[in-house]
Amino acid sequence: MKTVKTVDEINQKIKEGSANVVTALEMKDVVAELGAEKAAEEVDVVTTGTFGAMCSSGVFFNFGHSDPPIKMQRVWLNDVEAYTGVAAVDAYLGVTQLSETRGMEYGGGHVIEDLVRGREVELRATAYGTDCYPRKEIVTEIGLEDVNQAVMVNPRNAYQRYRAATNSSDRVLRTYMGTLLPNFGNVTFAGVGELSPLNNDPEYRTIGVGTRIFLGGAKGYVIGEGTQHAPPFGTLMVKGNLKEMSAEWLRGATFPGYGTTLFVGIGIPIPILDAKIAEATGITDDKIETSIIDFGVPRRDRPVVKKVTYAELKSGKVEINGEEVRVSPLSSYYHSIKIAEELKKMIEKAEFFLSMPVERIPQKEVFKPLRHKEVKVVKSVMEKAIAIRETTSVQDASQIIITNNVNHLPVVDNEGVLIGIVTSWDIAKAVATGKTGSVSEIMTRKVITALPDEPIEVAARKMEQHSISALPVVDTKRHVIGLVTSEDLSKLLVG
Amino acid sequence: MILLKYDSRSVREPIIAKTAIETETLLNIIKASVGARQGEIIIEVEDAKADEVMEKLRAFGVEAVKIEGRIEKDDELCVHCGACISICPVEVFSVADDKKVVADSQKCIRCGVCVTVCPLSALSLPE
Repeated sequence: MKTVKTVDEINQKIKEGSANVVTALEMKDVVAELGAEKAAEEVDVVTTGTFGAMCSSGVFFNFGHSDPPIKMQRVWLNDVEAYTGVAAVDAYLGVTQLSETRGMEYGGGHVIEDLVRGREVELRATAYGTDCYPRKEIVTEIGLEDVNQAVMVNPRNAYQRYRAATNSSDRVLRTYMGTLLPNFGNVTFAGVGELSPLNNDPEYRTIGVGTRIFLGGAKGYVIGEGTQHAPPFGTLMVKGNLKEMSAEWLRGATFPGYGTTLFVGIGIPIPILDAKIAEATGITDDKIETSIIDFGVPRRDRPVVKKVTYAELKSGKVEINGEEVRVSPLSSYYHSIKIAEELKKMIEKAEFFLSMPVERIPQKEVFKPLRHKEVKVVKSVMEKAIAIRETTSVQDASQIIITNNVNHLPVVDNEGVLIGIVTSWDIAKAVATGKTGSVSEIMTRKVITALPDEPIEVAARKMEQHSISALPVVDTKRHVIGLVTSEDLSKLLVG
Repeated sequence: MILLKYDSRSVREPIIAKTAIETETLLNIIKASVGARQGEIIIEVEDAKADEVMEKLRAFGVEAVKIEGRIEKDDELCVHCGACISICPVEVFSVADDKKVVADSQKCIRCGVCVTVCPLSALSLPE
C-alpha cells in the first residue's frame, strides 16, 4: 500500500491550519463519492466519537499527606469506598462502587462527576497506624483542586461493538444493558457503530499504545488494549487528567437494579495515511454486525437470538420470532456526534495534534472464561419429590408431610405434570381456617421451578427472589423429577 | 385523557359502553385496573367530546378527571441515550433528526415505567 502522507506531515498541516479534517460521518459520503484512493489524498484526519456507559472506568487519586500522616487503609469519598492497596495516600475509585449509605442511586461515577463539577466531597479514611504513619483516622472535605493528582485510568473503554440484549423469560430483568421487558418485549444495544473509534480502524493501525485522544473533554492517551479485548469486539485502556475534564463528557449514572456507572466521552482522530485507512473509515452501519443475545438465560454463554447489523438496531425496530420488537440504544448518538465535531474543531484550531502508536495492540485475542471448579447443577443435589394429586385431602397431605419429614409436596396430574405445590405452612393455615377439603383448594398454582441442568446458583437466586425455600425440578414437559430445597443448596454454597 | 374512578356501586355497571353509545363517541381504553369493589380506568377521547363524556360519566356516578400532567424530561440531565425509547408502551420517546431523544408528552399515559429506567433520573411525572 502506497503511503500518501505521514503523521508528521499531517501535524505540519494542522500547525499551518491547512489540514482537511472531517468527522467519521462526513467521511462515509466522501469515500462513497470519491473512492478510497482519492479520499486518502483529499482528507487528512477523520474524527470519531463515542459516549456511553463505561463501567470499567475510574480515577487514581493522590490525596497528599495530612499532619500527622496516615497510611490510608480504607478510604471513602462521599461514602463510596476506593481501593487503597497501593501507597499511603493513593487510592483508585471505580465508577461502579456503590455508596454505603445511598446504595444504587449514588456511586463512584457520581463522585467523579461531582468533583469535575467543582463540588467538594467528603474524604474519610481509616488506618491501623504505623511508626511512619501514626494517624488512624481522618475526615475532611476536598475538591479536585486540593488533590495532587486525579488521573483517570479506564481499564476497558470504547467497545468497538457490543452484543445487543433481549429477554425471553417471563419477568422484567434489570441488567447492565438496561431494563429488559419479558417475552422479547424490547431490545437494547450499546455502541455507536460507524462513528465508533475502533470500527473506523479495525486493524488498529493508528489506534494503539500512545495514541492521543479526546477523553472526557481533555487530552488523554490510549495506554493499551482494554481488558476483554477480543477483536472485532476490541476495547481500549485509556488515561487522562481528570482535572482538565468537563462534566459535559463525564456523567454519573445508575442502571436501575444493576448499579452505578459513568457515561464517558471518547473521541479518537484517525490520520488518513493511505487508501486502505480511508476505505476503513468509510465503513457504514449496515456492514457492522453483532448479535442479539438472550439475557433470560442467566448463564455465561447466553443463546444468540439472531444476528443483526448496527443499521438494523439503529432503525429502532427488529423482528424476533415474526414480531416487531422496539429497540433502545444505550449510548448517546447525539453526544457521540458532538464529540467527533468537537475534536474536529480542536484539530482545525491547531489545539490538538496527532500521534502514531509506539506499540500496536493485538489484532487477535481469545477471551477466556473464568477458570473455576466444575459447575454444580440442580440434578446433582435434588432429592426425591413426594408428589400428590389435587384430589388428595388436606388431612392425607398432612400425614404425608409428617411421615416423610418434608415441607413441600408438588401436586401433579395423572400424567405426572406439575400443576401446583402445597407446603406444610399451607396445610397449617388450611387447618387453622377450617379448610379441610382437597388440596386443590389451597395449593399454589403458579409454581416456580428449576431445570435439572440449571446451575445451583441460579436455583438459589430464584428462591431468594421469590422468598421460597424449595423448587420442584421439572423436565421440559413439566414432569416432576425431583425437588431442590434451600437446605440442600446452602450446604453446598457455604461449603 | 380522562381518569375514571369507580366505587363499589358504579363498578358493577357497564358505564363505558353506555357512555360511548349515548354520547356517540369512540373511547379508547388506555389502562384499566378493576377490582371487585373499586376500579380505575384511563380512557382517551377526542378533545372536542371530552367535556360531554365527562359529564355523562359523572351522571353515572363515576368520578372523572382530566389527566393533565404528562411525562417531563429534564434536558439538563438527559444525555440522549435512548434507554426510555423501547420501554414506553405508547412510544412517547423517539430519536429526532438531530439525534436528540425527544418526548412527545401528549401520548403519555402516566404509567411511570420510563421514570424507573432512566440512568440519569431525567424523567419525572408531575403530581
